[in-house]
Amino acid sequence: MAVATVEQAVRDWEVAEEQVGLWQDAWVRFRRNRLAVFGAGLVLFLIVVAVASPLLVNLGILKNPFTQHVDSIQTAPGVNGFALGTDILGRDTLSRLMIGSAVSLTVGLLVQGIIFPIGLTIGLTAGYFGGRVDNLLMRFTDIWYAFPDLLFVLVVVSVWHLDGPWFIQLIPIFGAIALVNWVNLARLVRGQVLSIKEKEYIEAARSSGSTPVKLILKHLLPNSLGPIIVTLTFGIPQAIFLEAVLSFLGVGIRPPQPTWGQMVYDGYEAIYANPTAVVFPALAIGFTLLSFTFIGDGLRDALDPRMRR
Amino acid sequence: MAVIAGRPKRGALLPVGLTRLTESRAGSLAFYVVRRVLWMIPVVFFVIVITFVLMHSAQGSPWDKAGGRQLSDVVIRNLNEKYGLNKPVFEQFFLYIWNVLHFDFGLSYQYQGKTVVELIGGGWPYTATIGVLAFLLIVPVGVGLGILAALRQNTRVDYATMGFATFAASFPNFVIGALMVVFFSVLMYKWTGGDFFLPAGGWGVDDHLIMPAVTLALLPIAYTARLTRASTLETIRQDYIRTAWAKGLPERLVVIRHVLKNSLIPVVTTLGPTFAFLVTGSVIVETVFTIPGIGRAFVVAVTSRDYPMILGTTVLFSVVIAVANLVVDVLYVFIDPRVRLS
Repeated sequence: MAVATVEQAVRDWEVAEEQVGLWQDAWVRFRRNRLAVFGAGLVLFLIVVAVASPLLVNLGILKNPFTQHVDSIQTAPGVNGFALGTDILGRDTLSRLMIGSAVSLTVGLLVQGIIFPIGLTIGLTAGYFGGRVDNLLMRFTDIWYAFPDLLFVLVVVSVWHLDGPWFIQLIPIFGAIALVNWVNLARLVRGQVLSIKEKEYIEAARSSGSTPVKLILKHLLPNSLGPIIVTLTFGIPQAIFLEAVLSFLGVGIRPPQPTWGQMVYDGYEAIYANPTAVVFPALAIGFTLLSFTFIGDGLRDALDPRMRR
Repeated sequence: MAVIAGRPKRGALLPVGLTRLTESRAGSLAFYVVRRVLWMIPVVFFVIVITFVLMHSAQGSPWDKAGGRQLSDVVIRNLNEKYGLNKPVFEQFFLYIWNVLHFDFGLSYQYQGKTVVELIGGGWPYTATIGVLAFLLIVPVGVGLGILAALRQNTRVDYATMGFATFAASFPNFVIGALMVVFFSVLMYKWTGGDFFLPAGGWGVDDHLIMPAVTLALLPIAYTARLTRASTLETIRQDYIRTAWAKGLPERLVVIRHVLKNSLIPVVTTLGPTFAFLVTGSVIVETVFTIPGIGRAFVVAVTSRDYPMILGTTVLFSVVIAVANLVVDVLYVFIDPRVRLS
């Protein structure tokens, strides 16, 4: 009987002092940030658009982005049934924008998927074991920092082409952007590991006989996850930006696949005839990047324990 | 660099912020500069190696697209002969390094008979003009906005400034440039019947400089404003600022003599990255506004696979960035007497 009472008491106590974990707490704080929620909403909307637009084209609800309507070239928005007008070849701007969103989102999200394992492994190794690996990494990043990102990506993409559909053509672009960006993550992880390594609970875990693998997986990794997520989120707009610049400069994905950067360039060529052909893709790029920045800011505020009340 | 906390030297309160160097500091500074300059040699070497390897691992040859038609085998062989491309890659590499040491960056493939040094020299004035103009905009505007926002924290002024900074930092510069052309060149021309508008590109009159310089400056302005705001907020909570208020100084003097000088110290560190951004930004801005500078030349070289030109501009850009970072670090020592170089 007595045991049951104690259990009851413990359970009551737990309910009264409800524990809120880091992630739950972060989620509550993220939701309170209106700009971050707005950004997340816009990104979700974009993902839906990217997935749905090929279907809509197949169903005939959306105009085909490749069809050239020769009788309505460079029309203003709303003319001849083109909601956002047409470009210099008479293609529907709205459907090109919607189809093109897939390219930007794929670049932004997938590049982080490549960077994450590379930066994490190297950063963890360098930070945990120190010594020669660490020294090598730091020297390497010093050199890497001397190489301007954009120049490197431009050179790589201009010499390495792959033919095929747009996601095949994207592979060198992924590679180039990941190559210039993993260093940032590796440096961050290394810094995190170096500071966490000195904490008392790591000392405690080590003295109670934890192996290095267990230390890394159970303590170092979860405790540095917050800043890693924030860095990866801020890497998304960076990658989208680089892809858009490549397309704008004419070395990205080749036509006729629409990408936003290329649409800005095409519209720019004939800007006096129809300025809206520049404005819509330009705003699409700008607001997408802005949304990811808002999400990044929100995550940083939510995951930074120093900010907690 | 390590910051040693301690009593700031009297020089910290001098208006210009330049402190006299004591003899030991001057010695360590000289040592530091020499070491940093020496470190630039392997950095530039590796930049050359990376670019060289990238270019020579590419499919095809630079002559694939020459003149927009297929060249005959004999012509290609002659071209390879002329530019030394028939030699083994290693020999080409060492020859290139050897020539670079003699300040010879080779002949351009694209512009027959022109050397890379000539081409870069021709583009340099344009790039430098836009860059200097942008820089002159960045520091006063960025710092001014940052201080204004901090002194009026949590008011509409603050929100408007930071909102602007967020927009300017998120929108890529080619997007901003294109949107500005739409507004100031196309729409303004229509609305005012051609009385007032800014030229969409080209070079010649002063009007040509406005939009490129503003486009290039916007993002650094945003960063500078954010950082200045943060550091000013930190400064105005310090004891010496309270002392300044307590002894009855007017706001103008508190801001100029005490807040401004102390909150500017961290801002100096961003000048290095800002310079790097101006260099890479020139690639985009010169394309948007059709300015015949080095950035534009780089894009053209990349799309036409003009190897010596790509290598030359890349080396130049990385040297410029490395030197700028060094200058900023040294400047920092002069401005903040607490900084010691390690």
